[in-house]
Amino acid sequence: MTTTSQDVERTRQRSHVNQARLISRVSRVRESGLLIALIFIIIVVGIQAPRFLSVDNFVQILLSVAILAIVAVGETLVVLTRNVDLSVGSMVGFTAFVTAYFFKELPGINLLLGILLGCALGLILGIVNGLIVSFGRVPAIVATLGTLYAYRGLVFITAANTTSQVNASDVPAGYLALATTQILGIPALILIAAIIAIIVGYFLRSSHAGRQLYAIGSNPDAANVIGIRKERLVFGAFAASGLLCGLAGVLWGARYATVDATNATGLELQVIAAVVVGGVNIFGGSGTILGAVLGAIVLGTVENALNILNISQFWLQALYGAAIIGAVVLDALITRWLQRTILARRKKA
Amino acid sequence: MKRLRSLLFTWETLLVLLLLIGCVIGSILSPYFLSGFNLEYALPSNIMEIAIMALPMTMIIIAGEIDLSVASVLGLASVTLGFLWERGNPMWLAIGAALLVGVVAGYLNGLLVTKLALPSLVVTIGTLALYRGLAYVILGDQAVSNFPTAFTNLGFGTIPGTQFPWSVLIFATLVIIFAVILHFSRLGRQLYAMGNNKEAARFSGINVNRIKLILFVLSGGIAALAGIIFTSRFSSARPDNAVGFELDVVTVVLLGGVNIFGGRGSLLGVILAIFILGVLQNALSLVNISGDIQSLAIGLLLIFSVLGPNIARNIQAVIARRRFAVGSSKQA
Amino acid sequence: MYSSKQISKGSFFLPKLKRFNPLITIVRRAISPVKLTPEEWIKVIKPAEPIVELHGISKQFGGVQALRGVDFQLFPAEVHALVGENGAGKSTLVKILAGIHRPDEGSLKVDGKAIELRSPTQAQSLGIAVVQQEPMLFPDLDVAENVFMARQPRDRFGRIDWKRMYREVDQLLASLDVSFSSHTPVQGLSIAEQQLVEIAKALSIQARVLVLDEPTAALSAHEVDELFAIVKQLRERGVAILFVSHRLDEVFAIADRLTVFRDGTHIITTPVSQITTEETIKHMVGRELSNFFPKGEAEIGEVVLEVRHLTRPGVFADVNFQLHRGEILGFAGLMGAGRTEVARVLFGIDQAANGEIWLKGKQVRIRSPQQAMNYGIAYVPEDRHQQGLIMNFSIATNITLSILQKVSHLGLINPNQEQQIAQEYANQLSIRTSGIGQLVNALSGGNQQKVVLSKWLATNPSVLILDEPTRGIDVGAKAEVHRITSDLASRGLAIILISSELPEVLAMADRVVVLHEGSISGTFTRSEATQERVMFAATGQDR
Repeated sequence: MTTTSQDVERTRQRSHVNQARLISRVSRVRESGLLIALIFIIIVVGIQAPRFLSVDNFVQILLSVAILAIVAVGETLVVLTRNVDLSVGSMVGFTAFVTAYFFKELPGINLLLGILLGCALGLILGIVNGLIVSFGRVPAIVATLGTLYAYRGLVFITAANTTSQVNASDVPAGYLALATTQILGIPALILIAAIIAIIVGYFLRSSHAGRQLYAIGSNPDAANVIGIRKERLVFGAFAASGLLCGLAGVLWGARYATVDATNATGLELQVIAAVVVGGVNIFGGSGTILGAVLGAIVLGTVENALNILNISQFWLQALYGAAIIGAVVLDALITRWLQRTILARRKKA
Repeated sequence: MKRLRSLLFTWETLLVLLLLIGCVIGSILSPYFLSGFNLEYALPSNIMEIAIMALPMTMIIIAGEIDLSVASVLGLASVTLGFLWERGNPMWLAIGAALLVGVVAGYLNGLLVTKLALPSLVVTIGTLALYRGLAYVILGDQAVSNFPTAFTNLGFGTIPGTQFPWSVLIFATLVIIFAVILHFSRLGRQLYAMGNNKEAARFSGINVNRIKLILFVLSGGIAALAGIIFTSRFSSARPDNAVGFELDVVTVVLLGGVNIFGGRGSLLGVILAIFILGVLQNALSLVNISGDIQSLAIGLLLIFSVLGPNIARNIQAVIARRRFAVGSSKQA
Repeated sequence: MYSSKQISKGSFFLPKLKRFNPLITIVRRAISPVKLTPEEWIKVIKPAEPIVELHGISKQFGGVQALRGVDFQLFPAEVHALVGENGAGKSTLVKILAGIHRPDEGSLKVDGKAIELRSPTQAQSLGIAVVQQEPMLFPDLDVAENVFMARQPRDRFGRIDWKRMYREVDQLLASLDVSFSSHTPVQGLSIAEQQLVEIAKALSIQARVLVLDEPTAALSAHEVDELFAIVKQLRERGVAILFVSHRLDEVFAIADRLTVFRDGTHIITTPVSQITTEETIKHMVGRELSNFFPKGEAEIGEVVLEVRHLTRPGVFADVNFQLHRGEILGFAGLMGAGRTEVARVLFGIDQAANGEIWLKGKQVRIRSPQQAMNYGIAYVPEDRHQQGLIMNFSIATNITLSILQKVSHLGLINPNQEQQIAQEYANQLSIRTSGIGQLVNALSGGNQQKVVLSKWLATNPSVLILDEPTRGIDVGAKAEVHRITSDLASRGLAIILISSELPEVLAMADRVVVLHEGSISGTFTRSEATQERVMFAATGQDR
């Protein structure tokens, strides 16, 4: 009798250990899956077009992804809390235009001051989003759909009252150099994006506030019971998203040199695609910065591959849409499968 | 007295007031504003597509869902129409195919929402990008514009003896159909029930999933119809047709007093909101403010149509609490 | 289901426990056979000061008095069981201790000091930890983070010290002897394991009071043993444990003292050794029968509905019964016994895995509520607000929501017909209102329930399932609902009455089916059914 019950106990424990492993494996599978997908794309495209495999091309990919990744990092903070920020494209567009215009009008100005100005502008826009969502209790999707257009309108007003376009020749070389400088052989743009990702990733991992963002997205009621201040943190996430969009805007102006009122239009869809492809759950509570950055890199690589393989760029947007739908559907199916498997295992145990 | 006061403070009354103020400001800004031509021609028709798409959107939001992909379906339908016409197909076939594309696009939205139990918000953000992308895949950066006059007359031409374009007739017919469905039919009642409480609706024998599917198919079909009208009005089928119109459509519906969480709202409010948007855009255009800048006003309108009632409720709650506090301190 | 023998197997785990204090056990064992008065008992084994003391606590929820001036004391190092029927006020007391509800009247003392509990966080800081029936955890995060969320240990740079956190949680888990680790994500854990996570959380805040609200409802026999071993171990450490349950075998296996609540009042507090199961049940069920309207005469006709071997895995198994025309069949049982779940399957909301449903001699498959309605089945759900009514709709529109097909022509609703039918039912059931255009959210609970009844009577059903039809409504309305139910039966309806109020079931039902943990544990005719017999079957006692 005793042996049987001990056996039962042992099988139970084993099944629990398996179950825990299963779940952590599935949650980690997204990042490794993305890496595998990335390698697969690189090999397939590399065979078709060997120039795809050059170091130079990889640097190009990372350069094109850097700004997207910075914005995706901010978006991740918001999505983790079960919200979404649709206004990122307009915030980037606004700060890019204003920063470039600022440098055009005041060419002698300190570079750092200009950068700070851009970041501050983004922060203000983000704070407005946060106020409307957190304290005005307007659903994030409605609020940021509204500000997506309102902020874009602001860009057009600014452009209409100043200059419709800022050209590369209008701004000081120091500003443009932001995008081209290399530090230790690595382009500054990539370095900045990497530093941002590391800082925010570190914040999410090692601070109370960071962990509480996950808690809010995972179970808002439970978060409330243990005294987590949901409004403040959600507000903070939106403000941070704005700040990072501000920085991305400054870099956008430097990288593309020529900016008009329509720059970065539609960026929000790329960013959301990167975030959900990167395994950040669109319903909040799980996901990592590493995942979001990998998601951006995968999208950037695909874009680059289309270019090299001479496939029309017009496929890109459809691809972003398919990526969003695909990632969300995949998540839903995995969750369902996981629940069923665990239930079945438990019944057996 | 009480009834009079409650009538005075309905959302619809507020909208009528807003509309009147808009007209007054418009006529101050520009002498052309109240001219017959402007009122009859430009006012209702400059936002015809938005107006038409707002009708099924009203139903969807009342039922507690949302469809953000409407503008992309419009673009995709428009491109389908142009593509088939350019390849020498007859017009009826091109129109039929465009409508079919809209219905299929809506059906896909509906399937994802009902079969996988995904929130419509997420699904339609994805298809917003997907359908627009497909439009680009089909036509690239080309535009088709050599449509027959019989077709462009649909948008441009007027009903004989009046100054109203044909599309106004389509809109008026749709308004009547949708008003009857929403406010007088079984389906309409079920929509409100779903929007208020999906579980209770299900427990009352309402097939919630089937109705959701119908709604998304309807929304796709109507968006395709709007795409056909758009193509006809501008005599142009381009993949970027009506980019961003989902903002205007959602704004009009929420401004019309439909609750973003579902269950409340009337078509009358939405119709009034459509006219307000029409007046606003018209007035802004008359004083030479470009469409891109107009979106600032519309974005703000969207936020305030949700924020406004929230703030009003908060103020009411504060007043009530204060009154209660005074009352209880008196008792003590 | 669990005999006391099985439970004593829990002692198998005892030698493994850490910080084991043999002295207290020896003392307890030495004195337990001795008969003492409650006061003496407390003096011998408890310190004089209670940790938590409630005095004259009352709480009302919209017209229903949940607690009436109850007194209650909880001492260190005791397991105190709180028992009572559903609706006796146990959960309300728990929520007051958790800082979720605040009492209308009465005082609360912790360590002899008067305290106003305003929030769950405050309760926690006082060392009161509550494990709810459905644990409130973060499914996406791992066990360690769930234990320490918002108070993770930090190193001297202010960073979260993950190593220390995992180490501390692993230590806690080791003392609880669980089969998962601090790294396990919570979303894969069973309810039992999630409760253990909550207990680990309680240990991590060094809780001195641990409230377990129906902790065993979702647990298997083995899991119950494990939980009890842990409870005993906590008692050795001096933790005061409030164990809320209606499973008496478990109460007698684990508790030192027990308190019985009935209808929101305190009935008795006594050492467990001083009372028998029979006496406890008598205290629990001794409710007044006078408020109930007995069922009138009705001719019991042919079988309308028959259920054979109906099974929904993990919810209920092998349920068999027959329902006749003109009959009221009572479904008795404790919360979670599977009564509502059977009703949901009959109404097509959930699907059974096995078994047959026969309606009027024909076997049917019910896949959706629409189908159930077409077969003439109507279901008045237990949650009036969430499932029964559209609160923003008027009385008339609620009543006709289930019969829209009947009042519409070519898809359009005929307002005259709609008003007429609604008015008819409003009159018939005497719904008190200023008019059928009034919104239901302005109505009293009793009138709301009559609207739900009207809505389902309008479908002209042959089988009517009433799920807790009188929950949360006042005495007068209760009697009216009983009169209506009796009336319907005498007009030939076959009625299933699910109720947690035993007197109601006994007064109304022709036969009573008792469910216990998903299977039928007894069927009684009207003359056989007494409160004690039904309660014995409902608590799974063999007799």
